[in-house]
Amino acid sequence: MDPRRGPLAVPKVRRVGFFTSIEPSPETPRPNRSLSGPAEAITSSSPLSDSPSGQFISPVQIPPSRHHSDNLASRAAPVPVPGPSAFRRQLANDRALHVGSYNPVDSLLGTSPPSSNGEVSEDSGSLFGFQRSDSAKLSASFPNGGFDMTMRVRAPQESEAKVAIASTSDGRKKNVEASERHYQAGEGESVAAKPRKEKETKSLKEKTSKAERRAIQEAQRAAKASAKGEGSKRAGESSRPKPSKPAKQPQPKKEAPQVTSSVSEKRAVSVEKERRMDVPQTQMQYDDKSRVDKAKRRSVVEQTESKNKVELFLHLPQYERGNQLPNLSSNIFSLDTIHHAVYKVGLQHLAGDISGDNARCIAMLHAFQEAINDYTTPPMKDLTMDLTAKINGYVSFLIECRPLSMSMGNAIRFLKNQIRKLPVDLSEPEAKASLCSEIGRFIDEKILLADKVIVQHAVTKIRDGEVLLTYGFSCVVEMILLYAHEIGRKFRVVIVDSRPNLEGQKLLRRLVTRGLDCTYTHINAVSYIMGEVTRVFLGASSIFSNGTLYSKVGTACVAMVANAFSVPVIVCCEAYKFHERVLLDSICSNELGDPDAIANVPLRNNKKHSKTMDNNKNLQFLNLMYDSTPAEYISMIVTDYGMIPPTSIPVIVREYRREDLLL
Amino acid sequence: MPDVQSTVLEFVNKLRKRKIEGSQATAKCTVELLRSVISQQRVPHSNQASALIDAVKAVGEQLVAANPVELAVGNVVRRVLHIIREEDLSLATAAMAGLDLLDASDDDGEDDNCKGVGYSAMSAAVAAAAARSTLRPPSLQTLLEGTPESAAVPYTSSSGADSESKTADKSSITRKLKHDVIEGVNHLILEISGCHEQIAEQAIEHIHQNEVILTLGSSRTVLEFLCAAKEKKRAFRVFVAEGAPRYQGHLLAKELVARGLQTTVITDSAVFAMISRVNMVIIGAHAVMANGGVIGPVGVNMAALAAKKHAVPFVVLAGSHKLCPLYPHNPEVLLNELRSPSELLDFGEFSDCLDFGAGSGSPLLQVVNPTFDYVPPSLVSLFITDTGGHNPSYMYRLIADYYSADDLVM
Repeated sequence: MDPRRGPLAVPKVRRVGFFTSIEPSPETPRPNRSLSGPAEAITSSSPLSDSPSGQFISPVQIPPSRHHSDNLASRAAPVPVPGPSAFRRQLANDRALHVGSYNPVDSLLGTSPPSSNGEVSEDSGSLFGFQRSDSAKLSASFPNGGFDMTMRVRAPQESEAKVAIASTSDGRKKNVEASERHYQAGEGESVAAKPRKEKETKSLKEKTSKAERRAIQEAQRAAKASAKGEGSKRAGESSRPKPSKPAKQPQPKKEAPQVTSSVSEKRAVSVEKERRMDVPQTQMQYDDKSRVDKAKRRSVVEQTESKNKVELFLHLPQYERGNQLPNLSSNIFSLDTIHHAVYKVGLQHLAGDISGDNARCIAMLHAFQEAINDYTTPPMKDLTMDLTAKINGYVSFLIECRPLSMSMGNAIRFLKNQIRKLPVDLSEPEAKASLCSEIGRFIDEKILLADKVIVQHAVTKIRDGEVLLTYGFSCVVEMILLYAHEIGRKFRVVIVDSRPNLEGQKLLRRLVTRGLDCTYTHINAVSYIMGEVTRVFLGASSIFSNGTLYSKVGTACVAMVANAFSVPVIVCCEAYKFHERVLLDSICSNELGDPDAIANVPLRNNKKHSKTMDNNKNLQFLNLMYDSTPAEYISMIVTDYGMIPPTSIPVIVREYRREDLLL
Repeated sequence: MPDVQSTVLEFVNKLRKRKIEGSQATAKCTVELLRSVISQQRVPHSNQASALIDAVKAVGEQLVAANPVELAVGNVVRRVLHIIREEDLSLATAAMAGLDLLDASDDDGEDDNCKGVGYSAMSAAVAAAAARSTLRPPSLQTLLEGTPESAAVPYTSSSGADSESKTADKSSITRKLKHDVIEGVNHLILEISGCHEQIAEQAIEHIHQNEVILTLGSSRTVLEFLCAAKEKKRAFRVFVAEGAPRYQGHLLAKELVARGLQTTVITDSAVFAMISRVNMVIIGAHAVMANGGVIGPVGVNMAALAAKKHAVPFVVLAGSHKLCPLYPHNPEVLLNELRSPSELLDFGEFSDCLDFGAGSGSPLLQVVNPTFDYVPPSLVSLFITDTGGHNPSYMYRLIADYYSADDLVM
């Protein structure tokens, strides 16, 4: 028991909470953080290193090189205050000390042969159901101006940290760095100052007069401008020839308010309003007849409501599946409102070709990228307004196909905020390019990189001789298991599966072909098998701010049984899936799958039975898709911000998501 | 005798191949087999009871060994042994009483008297003796009397009776014992086949209007229980977990729907999600252990844990033949049975992943498919048996009524 508990993250977790709460000012640590988040991943891995030439670097082949990055954190950040990243570095070092020989550094640094890497990354590419080579295009689309700068900053560190990255991928790496830097320099600061300012204006609004408020704003603006002056001096030295956004973006923002402060005020108010609008609106309740009718009139997909609805779930859409697909796919050539890429993704969601939250989210974002690329602002219309309306239309189409997952909702909010944030004087192609790159950055940073960081963290929790249980299919968990296997951990995997999707078989197949020792069972037997399990790894669809885990149905059962057997439950979830809503049960917010999937039992003699029973009013089949696991069953959540207890979710949502998504 | 032996063997084979399923069917078959064993058993003049017991035990051991997981077999064998002991005891005490009363009477008179005592007037002394020899609740009086020679009583008394009346009544007494035992076994058969109705009668006390009930797997007892409530015009809703990998929940759901109950089939994984909206979980047990633990269809423990978490009553229906006098040790493993992996995985589908030549040669893929699940007594709210509702903590006492202490270890 003792060695098992040894490296648990309790003290570290505390420190994570500590630094978020005492964050001295939004300006100082932020550059540090936004730099270091990716920086860690960059030094330790190359996120976009799937080079088009076919030389692959494994996505999970991450030599941690923590001490190097520790140095980097202090060097790259001009601020003396140790930012969160430094904290994290330190934590990492702590962990390395605790873990001793388990430290992946020992076994990993530069030892992985590229041949085996190729294999891995191929698989991980197909993880999400598409090739990641898109990221190549993406990073190429970044302005190259930032290149020199990053070279200058990183050059010593790069040579020092002997990251096992082939020289062919170097350029790409720099591109990434450039993009990171550009993100940071370009908007990090202006963005950073904003929420604070708004908060203050909001709180002051009641008490202070207009003039007073204006004075305060001016003061803030001055402070911000000076801070930025420093920052942009730093960044601007080398990026002067760069014609593109990073230099440009802050300008209009800075200028616009200075012209007339009333404009800025209006803007602030409007942003406030928009943000209020952006607070996730309550989901449509399908027992509200009038709203449903209204929605139906607009809808592209004509879903037939299932005849035999489950009464408890009347507030959720209960449709019959599968009959409208051929109809819809024939429509693909006669589209007017929906972009064909979005349409395709919608149909894939509808048919279940894409499943898994990350894959769905990425597919959607790529479709949006394509749609934005093909977009032209109609005459006499504003790009921001029109594009938002367009995106709204796409989103409602996607909802018709299949209710959005929480993570997709977050991604859409991010995109809308990006559109809203677009500087007014940006030309259309520039705006489009910027949006596309932002989307790409979101995918890379929030999903792909986050997964790698999670793998890094989670793998420290796997030791020799352990029996790990996982439920269903989660690509993060798969990456963790494969990586742990790759770095030579000896462990056994128990895969628990359940009807109707039987996603566990997919995972089982992948793990067994890689040579992992697997045990497969169904969810009812979970309390039989739990006795021999030492750790439970679960994926997540979303985590709500009360710590409730919203995930594939059955997760709660597994977590509950694990809790009953005193087995630690580790949830792996990217931070972009966190949601500020709260949830208590699995009834109020859920998604219903195809009831026929339940009705069709893989038993020969039952099939005709269920057919004859189909129209019996008394018999219903309920295919719940998700359930919510109470926070008390979760021992730890591994996320890209580190390992935290479920009680820290609201903190993460508050402190990080605001900046990343809203502004 | 060889005839019986062959039927025994046939039944053993069936048990071994798991051809007979369900504890009720097994129990019934076992009792019938034992009845024929008893009726064909040639009884010696002395110690007929022990001869019968030996015969039943011998057969019982074979049966239990054939399917040790089907606890109903052992239960029924013990019940039959208990019946033999009881009948023997009552005969003996009756004989003794008769001898005491009519010492000088002729054979016929004694025979009549014997019958009379056996059937009608159990005097206080006889009752006390009976109580001593069995696991009946010991009264204060018997406790104070001390030295209850439990096992000794029947044998000594029967041999004593033998020696007392050595003449012509031997055969009649022998026949009578066997006759009584078979009567008792018949009674047991009736009890086993009638336990559904007995349990179902109580449904109305437990199910109210608009109740939402969750059940899992397929159990005839549960079906009858729910239908009994339905017949009494109670309107309620039933959630049935399908019970992978055998999906017997679907069968139950169809039967329930056929009888007009509002039924919703859910996946097993949705049990936790739905339990918060459920008023009561009702399941049929495979066996009830003496500590109040339940062995039920796989997945029951999960439902019980979820019910506990949401403070939903977890009710177990069990006929008396499911009450097992043993205390379980590690029942999840020892009283379990692993079924074929093909119920979970298609062999053909995964054959390409399994390269036994590579690596250590041991299979990388294991499939676990247990049949049963153990629910500890702390998770059970109520047992409903044919004698009424009981707490888990009371089960040991209830069980003691049905079995004699000598038979616990077979």
